[in-house]
Order: sequence, then C-alpha cells, then structure tokens
Amino acid sequence: MATVEEKQTVQTDQETILKVEDLKKYFPIKGGILKRTVGNVKAVDGVTFDVKQGETLGIVGESGSGKSTLGRMILRLLEPTEGKVLFEDHDITHLSHKKMRPFRKEMQIVFQDPFASLNSKMSVEQLIEEPMIIQTDMGKKERKKRINYLLEKVGLRASDRLKYPHEFSGGQRQRISIARALANNPKFVIADEAVSALDVSIQAQVLNLMSDLQEDLGLTYLFISHDLSVVKHISDRVGVMYLGRLAEIAPKHAIYKEPLHPYTQALLSAIPDTDVDLEKEKVKLEGDLPSPSNPPSGCAFRTRCPMAHDKCAEVRPELQHMGDGHYVACHLYDEEQ
Amino acid sequence: MLEVKDLKTYFYLDDDQVAKAVDDVDLTVKAGETVAIVGESGSGKSITSLSIMQLINKPGKIVDGEISLLGRNLLNLSNREMTKIRGNDMAMIFQEPMTALNPVYTIGNQITEVLRKHKKMNRKQAKRRAIDLLKLVGFPRAEDTVDEYPHQLSGGMRQRAMIAIAISCDPKLLIADEPTTALDVTIQAQILDLMSDMKEKLEMGLLLITHDLGVVAEYADRVLVMYGGQIVEQSPKRNLFKDPKHPYTEGLLESLPSVHNDLERLGTIRGMVPPAHKFPTGCRFSSRCPHAMDKCFESNPELIDLDHEHAVRCYLYTED
Repeated sequence: MATVEEKQTVQTDQETILKVEDLKKYFPIKGGILKRTVGNVKAVDGVTFDVKQGETLGIVGESGSGKSTLGRMILRLLEPTEGKVLFEDHDITHLSHKKMRPFRKEMQIVFQDPFASLNSKMSVEQLIEEPMIIQTDMGKKERKKRINYLLEKVGLRASDRLKYPHEFSGGQRQRISIARALANNPKFVIADEAVSALDVSIQAQVLNLMSDLQEDLGLTYLFISHDLSVVKHISDRVGVMYLGRLAEIAPKHAIYKEPLHPYTQALLSAIPDTDVDLEKEKVKLEGDLPSPSNPPSGCAFRTRCPMAHDKCAEVRPELQHMGDGHYVACHLYDEEQ
Repeated sequence: MLEVKDLKTYFYLDDDQVAKAVDDVDLTVKAGETVAIVGESGSGKSITSLSIMQLINKPGKIVDGEISLLGRNLLNLSNREMTKIRGNDMAMIFQEPMTALNPVYTIGNQITEVLRKHKKMNRKQAKRRAIDLLKLVGFPRAEDTVDEYPHQLSGGMRQRAMIAIAISCDPKLLIADEPTTALDVTIQAQILDLMSDMKEKLEMGLLLITHDLGVVAEYADRVLVMYGGQIVEQSPKRNLFKDPKHPYTEGLLESLPSVHNDLERLGTIRGMVPPAHKFPTGCRFSSRCPHAMDKCFESNPELIDLDHEHAVRCYLYTED
C-alpha cells in the first residue's frame, strides 16, 4: 500500500490553485437604541495560506475558531472585511456577481448537514441537473448522460434519479450533495464538516469516495473539520486555527508527529485514542475558548497556554517558517530566545 | 449493583409494525466500574439507558425483563416509588446540556430543587450544598454561578452544572448518554476526566453511552457493543480493542481514522443499519456481514461465552 508520504513529495512542485492573503472577517456588534457598531466579532483575523493543485489542505479548529467563516469567504458566500482571495491567479475578492459566475463553476462546497442543504422538494435528478442548467448550455440529452455518469461515480444507482432526498439515509444524501457539487466538473471543492454528521462506518464510506474522486478527477480539496483524525486521514497538509488565526500549518506528518504550537500539542493529546496500550503525555488545557469579540491581546491562545510568557501578551505572533513547509505562530520559536 | 436481564423494549408503530429497539439485553454495572455501551445511531444504546431510568413513553414499552438496582426490581415499582429513585439512587446526564437544563431557572435553583425534594433540606442548607457541589465540579466562582442562568455559561460549563445536579444526591449509578458529543475535544477531555474523578470519589457505577470508540478505549473498564437492539459483543476493554471477535466490532474499528496510523483507505462496512422494524431474520448483522453464512440468515445466534469474560453473538464462534 502506497503511503501518503510519497504522494506528498510529488505535490510540492505543483502549481498554486488558491491563494488567501491576510483574509479578515469582522461581524459588527450593534448596540444601543441607535444600533451603532459597538464592537466587532473577529471571526477570521488575518489568515494567509495557499492550496496547491491536486492536494488536500485540511483546516482544523474547535467551534468558534473561524474555520467555516473562512471557507465561506473563499467562495464569496460571505464578503471579506479585508484581504484577498486569488483563484488561479485571478483576484476574485471584489468581483461582481456576474463576473464571479465563471469561477463558481470551478469552486464548489459540500456542507455538513445533508438534511438541510438539499432542497427536499427536488428529485435527485433535478438537484444534480440544476447547476448544469444554470452554468452550461448542455442539451437535455447531454445532461441526462452526465447525471447517470455522476450517480455512478458517487455510488448511487441510476434508478435513484427520480427519488427525493427524504428517501435516502444521511450517507447517501451526502453522496447526492457530492454529485451536485461535481455537476459542472469543478477544480476545487470545499468540504465543510462534510462527514461530521455521519456514523463512523458510513463516514468511512464517504471519505473513501472522496479520495477516489480526487484521484479520478484531479480535484483539489479544502477539508474543514473539527475532527483531527479525519483531517489526518484525508489531508496532505493541515492548518490549525484558533480564534480566527492560523496557529500552525504544515505537511500532515510534521503536524501530527512533531506539533510545534502548544495548542496543536494540546489538541492532539486530547483526542481519545483506541490504542489501549498507548502511553501518551497529556497536555491539559484549562478553561474555554475566549470570546472572539474581545480576544486576548498579543497571542490569542496565551490565556490557556501552559508556556505563556510576558511577550505573548504584548506582541501578536506571526507565522514563521521552521523549515520543510512547517509554519508556526508562536513566540517560543522566536530567534532571540 | 445494577443488573439488567433479558430487557426488551419495543415500539408499537402506527401500521401494526413492531420496532424491537432493545431485544434481550443483559448487563451489569458494579460499584466503581465504568461500563460503556457503544454503537451507531439506531443500535438501541440510548433506549437501553432510558429503559433503565424508565423514561420510555408511548408508543414504546418495556415488554419484558428485569432491571434491578441494589437488589430491587425497578419494573415492579409504582411511578411514585420510581420518582424517589430517579435523581436519588441513579441519575442521568444527557448529550445536550442546553436542552436538559431549564433556561428560566438559575443553576442554583435547579440543584436545590433536587436537594429539597430528595434530601428534604431547607432553602439555606440546599444553597450551601449547591455551592459546594459547583466547587466540586470545577466552577471557580461558585458563589456567583449559583445565581446565573444556563445561557450565561459555555457548553462545557453547562455540562459541569449537569454533573453537579446529577451527583447532588450521591447516586449509586450515573448514566451518561453521549455526555461530550456536543463538546470540543479539549473540553471533552475536561468533562470526561471530571466524570471519572467523581466516580472514584463517590464510588458510583458509571454507565457510559457513546458512539466514540476513542472515548471508550480511554475511560471504560468493560465494553458492550450494540447492534440492532442487541449486544453483539462484550468484553473487558483491552480484549475488545486488541482482539475483537464480532465482524461488526472489527468493521467499526477498521473504519475509524486514527491520528496514529497511516492508512491509505479506511475499512468500511457495506450498507447501513436497517430500521428497527425491518431487522433481517436470523442474525441482525447478516445483511452487512462480510462473513455471513447460510445459517446466519436463518436464525439469530446466542451470545456465546469465550474466555476472559469475553462474549460474542456470532456463528463464527460456535462449535458446529
């Protein structure tokens, strides 16, 4: 069995498909009788990374880390407050609806809840056909042909075409969502907690399907999840988010074998593992995630960090390169120390 | 301490169909022991725990079996007697603390209600005890928290408050149904550690219902794997993870991505859990089992004892 490490080395020379530069999203908090803006929830606060053609970048974080907001901004489902999104070297951050259209064909998303994200009044056929009608000038025959092709690709039967979403289980519905996302042959797919609502045995089926599709169709994935094990399984590189910022981003093996950021270390040690003989050193985190409307000064993680020192309260750490594509935002790795 | 025998909880559906949500479940929990029930959605794990608490409503009914706690058969008790036991001798923690707590009462109110009812404390004693309990479960400002409402607390803190309510009358048995499923991993670790601490301190038996095999591996002493309303395998924790016997348990373990291995592909179990009124005749797992033989489709195997308290419901392990 080929290990994922081999796949990794091949991909380093590949082109960048998506670039995100210093992306920010602030949601204003309105207060008082005049509904003035009294503060901001800094959901995403300066995130920079790029995604290479054909790879899977995993984004992990707990609730409130800003990972979903990030995904939505990349697709322009939310307008960024600041920063840039570049898709295949085109700046799409401020494109009008009309000019954005050709890009929508290339960029798709699969959401967490297949019960809510599929229109219950449309049949499977209609659901998959709709994006083709909007985006392409394919004839009816061609569309039907493609629907059958897609259904087979995602492991559904051609006879399922005329059924409605409620006739399917959660795992099968997620297959329909995937078929719909792939309708116009996109290059880039965001999966936002796409397997989180599924039971493990079904989750495994959908994850395997996503890997197969990636290989067959040359897809690039941005895989957003709270589940570190799932992200490890599917990703080539992984970014860890905390309170709207990237704490660490690195090739998968580096992040899971030698996590540098104290938050990543704590997160990894908190996952209960099925290996009953595993002796692991536990890094326990105290307390909860601080409110993103009033984040701590300096490093956002310092209030829960076991290694925090004076500088952490004063200066916000930026991502620094530690070699081999491993970036970390932590003062422990500053030069002068 | 807790002994459940041949428990059958059926749901009578509108169209005269019967959903055998729990069918012939035996289990025991000793003092100071953590027993985990694992299974996917539809396996009957939650219905088992609700049956033990006797919180089954129509169209569901406990049709047969015996549930004894400290030697008393709970199924013979009247509603009133059962009310005395619930919250007192045994207590339950649910998955979603926001819906389990009453949003219009303060945390203090919800703890003192239990104490005044079961322990006949007066207002002042109850409040003092409530503050002590909140301190015990890790609230740093317990004196203030008693007067706060659930919405003022974070998810993890709400679950701590639920634990405080559950242990307020020193129950002998604590049932936790997916207590950390709604929480982030770092908070999950805090809550599970707190529950194990409380179990040791109060010498309770803990029945942990979960879908998460990682949680089971880390916190349980014994494990029951449920599928289709029945226990398909039971064993001390180590054996189950090192040497799973039932094809379903094997399948579950193989389908689980882990941060410690590098599999290119995950194992899968084909198909999905059938609905409870359409279980296959014969072994309930037969429709998905990679090793299914002719007789698996004809009759349902019994739970067979192997060595070391390990039991499995599968024809692969019968003599003939």
